[in-house]
Amino acid sequence: MLSLRVSLWATLAALPLAVFVAYALARWRFPGKQIVNSLVHLPLILPPVVTGYLLLMVFGTKGPVGGALQQIGIVFAFRWTGAALAAAIMAFPLMVRAIRLSVEAVDPKLEQAAATLGASRVLCFATVTLPMILPGLIAGTVLGFAKAMGEFGATITFVSSIPGQTQTLPSAIYTFLQVPGGEAAALRLTLVSIAIALSALLFSELLARRAAERAGGC
Amino acid sequence: MLTVSLQHALPGFGLDVQFEAPPGVTVLFGRSGTGKTTVIQAVAGLLRPDQGRVTLNGEVLFDTSQRHWLPPHKRRMGYVFQEGRLFPHLTVRQNLLFGQWFAPRSAKRESLDRVVELLGIGSLLQRRPGRLSGGEKQRVAIGRALLSAPRMILADEPLSALDEARKAEILPYFERLRDEIGIPMLYVSHSAAEVARLATTVVVLQDGKVQRQGSAAEVLGDPAVLPAGVRAAGALLEARVARHHPDGLTELEAGGVPLFLPQIAKAPGSQVRVRISAHEVILSRQRPEGLSALNILPGTVENVRTGSGPGAMVSLRTPAGRVLARVTRRSAQALGLEPGANCFAVVKTVSIAPEDIGSGG
Repeated sequence: MLSLRVSLWATLAALPLAVFVAYALARWRFPGKQIVNSLVHLPLILPPVVTGYLLLMVFGTKGPVGGALQQIGIVFAFRWTGAALAAAIMAFPLMVRAIRLSVEAVDPKLEQAAATLGASRVLCFATVTLPMILPGLIAGTVLGFAKAMGEFGATITFVSSIPGQTQTLPSAIYTFLQVPGGEAAALRLTLVSIAIALSALLFSELLARRAAERAGGC
Repeated sequence: MLTVSLQHALPGFGLDVQFEAPPGVTVLFGRSGTGKTTVIQAVAGLLRPDQGRVTLNGEVLFDTSQRHWLPPHKRRMGYVFQEGRLFPHLTVRQNLLFGQWFAPRSAKRESLDRVVELLGIGSLLQRRPGRLSGGEKQRVAIGRALLSAPRMILADEPLSALDEARKAEILPYFERLRDEIGIPMLYVSHSAAEVARLATTVVVLQDGKVQRQGSAAEVLGDPAVLPAGVRAAGALLEARVARHHPDGLTELEAGGVPLFLPQIAKAPGSQVRVRISAHEVILSRQRPEGLSALNILPGTVENVRTGSGPGAMVSLRTPAGRVLARVTRRSAQALGLEPGANCFAVVKTVSIAPEDIGSGG
């Protein structure tokens, strides 16, 4: 259950930012665009342990950001929030990629048309772009959720595997496998993880199809 | 009143235009690639020109010298695009109402019912744009622009993506916009027939410059202005429907001269404008007799223009207005067609095609 909570928070928190970054990368031209693009993709390419270690350095209680946040009572290291942060960062590139593709598929000419009809940029995004990228948005979210559920390397490096606190599904399975006689428990968790993955996939298919139907007609 | 002054570098040439669009329909007329679309996009705010200033009824839409730029959504210009650009995720009804959400409360607005009735799209309201034909899409696009309470309609070759039959279907709706709604319009076109039917004012663009500006009859009757090529030349006559004859003909009266053409659906007394293609006109020095053509206009030769080819463009002043005739140089010489010579223009009734007849205005 902890794993579900971690992944859900991770995806929900990352989603708005992912949409913004995906839109910016797809539509705007700005200096340093390539750098932003690389930074977004970095967690995908780096070994997860490296990401986890970087997180520990930055967001740990002695890190520059983590230390500052601690002053106002927010602690990431060795808490479930840290697990969510790690999962969000690992899921982020996948979400951005999926959403960016769907933004690129929306004809900017439609956004121009909306502008001539009086829609400001924000309203134009809300009334034209967003409904049209909805299928891609859902796909990206599910992909991100799946990645967050499966996150292991960065999580265990950053927040370790404390039962009841930071022990997510994959790290629990790993821990069970480390002790003799733990196979049965590991198998149980494996089945749970398969069930969650399958239902998430089916659910997203359903949503995407309905969104496509609403957007479709052509 | 719209005033436009623009300079913009385009691949291959520079655009440099100044013109004024008085109330009514102003057609930007010229071949493809003369910068017409650039001008209309700059007026709409979809393209930032290198330099320029555009005002509408005294309000400055942009002025590059003062770094003033009103974004497109604040200009309230109803734009009708070449390819419709309807929103695929909305129904026709939602598309039509899209602009109304954003229009200021105080703006004078058309009612949905009136626009739907005007454009004949009542049966389409619940459909999605993907299921509409090209002509239907364009009618919805016109309605959508109209319902956003625009101060002006901008139309960028709205008929060019349609086949001939669809063009004939849509053109009357633009006439109704002009005559019934009375909204000012800037209309981009490369078709002389569209100019003839819609334009109150014509601005002829060539190679990025304004070549000529004037009323439709003036510009189309000027043999020096042939942006659409010599084949498309033709003068415009203003006429009044006199009566309908039982044998399927309509009689018009233009400057005291009767003109016969295939029956049109206009009530007697209404004003129409008729374009007479230059290559459909035969010239004769004597009043022809025993001829099947019904329309014979007496006139005086104004001038004869010849180029390097075998053709000559004869401009003729008749009581009905100026008529252009495309004849061969050889006939022009044989007939002695010189400025001041009297002659008769012969126009076959059936050569006046329905798309050349528009309502007057």
